[in-house]
Amino acid sequence: MNFARFLNPRSLPLVITTSLFALLYGFGAVSYDAFLSPQVFVNLLIDNGFLVVVAVGMTFVIISGGIDLSVGSIVALTTMVSATLAQQHHWNFWQILPLVLAIGCLFGLFMGVLIQVFKLQAFIVTLGGMFLARGLCYVISIDSISITEPSFTVLAEYRIPLGEETFVSTSGVVAIALLAVGVYLAHYTRFGRTVYAIGGNERSAMLMGLPVAKTKIMVYVLSGFCSALGGVLVTLYMQSGYGLHALGMELDAIAAAVIGGTLLTGGVGYVVGTLVGVMILGVIQTLIVFDGSLSSWWTRIAIGGLLFVFCLLQRLLDRSGKKIRTKN
Amino acid sequence: MAQEPILEMHRIHKRFPGVVALKNVGIRLFPGEVHALMGQNGAGKSTLIKVLTGVEKPDGGDIRLAGKKIQPGSVLEAQDLGISTVYQEVNLCPNLSVAENIYIGRFPTRGPLIDWPLMQERARSALKALNLSVDVSLPLFSYPVAVQQMVAIARALSTEAQVLILDEPTSSLDEDEVGRLFEALRQLKSKGIAILFVTHFLDQTYAISDRITVLRNGEFEGEYMAADLPRLQLINKMVGREIDESAFGRQEGASNADSSGRRPFLATQRLGRAGAMQPIDLDVRCGEVLGLGGLLGSGRTETARMLFGIDPADTGSLSIEGVPVRVNTPHRAIQNGLAFCPEDRKTEGIVADLSIRENIILALQAKRGVFRFLSKKRQSAVAEDCIKQLGIKVADAESPISQLSGGNQQKAMLARWLATEPKMLILDEPTRGIDVAAKLEIMDLVKEQCRKGLAILFISSEMPEVLRVSDRIAVLRDRQKIGELAGNDADEQKVFRMIAGVDS
Repeated sequence: MNFARFLNPRSLPLVITTSLFALLYGFGAVSYDAFLSPQVFVNLLIDNGFLVVVAVGMTFVIISGGIDLSVGSIVALTTMVSATLAQQHHWNFWQILPLVLAIGCLFGLFMGVLIQVFKLQAFIVTLGGMFLARGLCYVISIDSISITEPSFTVLAEYRIPLGEETFVSTSGVVAIALLAVGVYLAHYTRFGRTVYAIGGNERSAMLMGLPVAKTKIMVYVLSGFCSALGGVLVTLYMQSGYGLHALGMELDAIAAAVIGGTLLTGGVGYVVGTLVGVMILGVIQTLIVFDGSLSSWWTRIAIGGLLFVFCLLQRLLDRSGKKIRTKN
Repeated sequence: MAQEPILEMHRIHKRFPGVVALKNVGIRLFPGEVHALMGQNGAGKSTLIKVLTGVEKPDGGDIRLAGKKIQPGSVLEAQDLGISTVYQEVNLCPNLSVAENIYIGRFPTRGPLIDWPLMQERARSALKALNLSVDVSLPLFSYPVAVQQMVAIARALSTEAQVLILDEPTSSLDEDEVGRLFEALRQLKSKGIAILFVTHFLDQTYAISDRITVLRNGEFEGEYMAADLPRLQLINKMVGREIDESAFGRQEGASNADSSGRRPFLATQRLGRAGAMQPIDLDVRCGEVLGLGGLLGSGRTETARMLFGIDPADTGSLSIEGVPVRVNTPHRAIQNGLAFCPEDRKTEGIVADLSIRENIILALQAKRGVFRFLSKKRQSAVAEDCIKQLGIKVADAESPISQLSGGNQQKAMLARWLATEPKMLILDEPTRGIDVAAKLEIMDLVKEQCRKGLAILFISSEMPEVLRVSDRIAVLRDRQKIGELAGNDADEQKVFRMIAGVDS
């Protein structure tokens, strides 16, 4: 039985991902002196905070056995709505925040209902959501709108000192807070465990008397909420709204979740793994920036390679898991 | 017992498009009693249970729990009312831990958090009550089906159920585990829980039941005290015609003739697969049924899968009609004239959404290859021919196969492979989960095919069935062949003595 515990396909990818992150970071530290500065580490979080937030929502969707392709577009739509309201209607940040979060949730609710009630494929429904939200951005404006509203700029430039030379931005704090909420939801609430159960076997979950329909819809609402919150962070990070923001972010979020050990088939994954997944993407980016001679597209190449390796790894683990099963 | 029934279903009607599934059916469950629900496939047992547990809505009739009318609209509602169910197939989530599978939906909490340590402790003691001690923090898939079944029962019991429904809980358990389960059921009985028990096994029915309700063709046949209803009568009531129980008892080899002189169709020399089956010598002859006897986990299915190239052998050799061949994929096996009806009809056999015709034609088309497409006319002709030959009870070959009863689905599986005109047929548990009459029919079909010169490898966990159809029996134990018996001088005692290692 120790063998099964060691090869527990649920946690081994997480162990490997974390080791890989440590390895990459160690490589950077050996190669570049400045890499060891704590600010470099914190910057991983600052520069990728929005992706953490979006990917946590995505992780829930994937664990439930679904997929959400609309997240990048909802991020873009959020930046557009925020920028327009701030610049042209002079709303302040705190008036805009609840509105855009509500829009994100409603978007998720709409897609969740289509998927659950009408038994449609999540892939197609969220693909529709992706086009719809992206298209709406251009209805608002085809140009980038810079934000000069003071309540935004104050928050965007606000830095919380951590020690002497290190500081963290609002988005870093929000990302960590949301991650904590994600871990709590996934592992310590009925909702989270029901998501896992649905991903494991939806029919069983229903026969066990779990609220399958409600939970599945809520997963998309949660993802919509995370996308909108991620969109707010992007707005702060970019200090602008633009229909071309967050292009392809849904795929980054999926990649982060998978590299973090979440199985695309559902039922298996850790929210913390997703953080590590995002940080790996971030550290590769940082390494390429430090190197200076490589084009930023090498990040993509590295991510592509990693994804192949991780999918293969998951398949192998799945097989060994099955072997254990039949041995018993 | 002169008590009031705790649960009473009265004049239940249920119609599905085109079929009346239940007509005027009733059942009474008394506290502290095990009530067996008996009937052939298609008698309406499953539908009745679905109505009771809120999965299906009845079209008429009422359900009373402790005198109060109830209308469970979902499994959860039924559970809240105190009606818990354990289904035939394990309906748990393999990715969650054992403890979670027992308590999900009713987690013990500490403040806003799930209390994991408390949950695991409770899970351990809940399983201990069923005499099972396993690591409850491991995911469920790391355990065999029997353990999973016990976990499902522990889950059903953890809800403070007044009524416990067990829908064929024993079909995947071995004898020892069945004993353990019955021990647990007796404990529950003494606590005053009413148990509804659905099974195909007569022995088990009589071992545990106090009361028996028999359904036939969706209608209520009668309610009897188990003690007042002899076996034979029970079978008669189920099938609705006179059937001689001894038809099951005594074996008749397919050929009845000495088959040792026949040429072997398939022979293996030290054929084995690491981790699955020890090297085995087998020969299967034309016009002969070779039975594989052995207990659960003895390597019967593993042998079949190895011969058919699903889990190819890694040692030893195999020859077909005297020519050594390598069978490392099912495709190669089919090309060599083999056919295989797998054990798990639902997931490895039928394609539920396809029509009966399409299901039957599947293997034949696969054997011919994509480029030699069978015309629809030919397909229909082949399907109709099989349906007639095997006596599949179906109105229309174009209706989905999932509408057929288990026995008829199994016949369609046989038809699928017979259509490829194989030379050897491997049947893994062809009689599992189907009713007595259909079992006999299937066995007769097997013998008939054998007489036509087919070599047959017959696998069943029901020893009387193996004895009944086989000309020879290869006895397996712990993934090893330990001996062979001729069909006409084998009996259950001999086989079991062999397995137990007692020389006769």
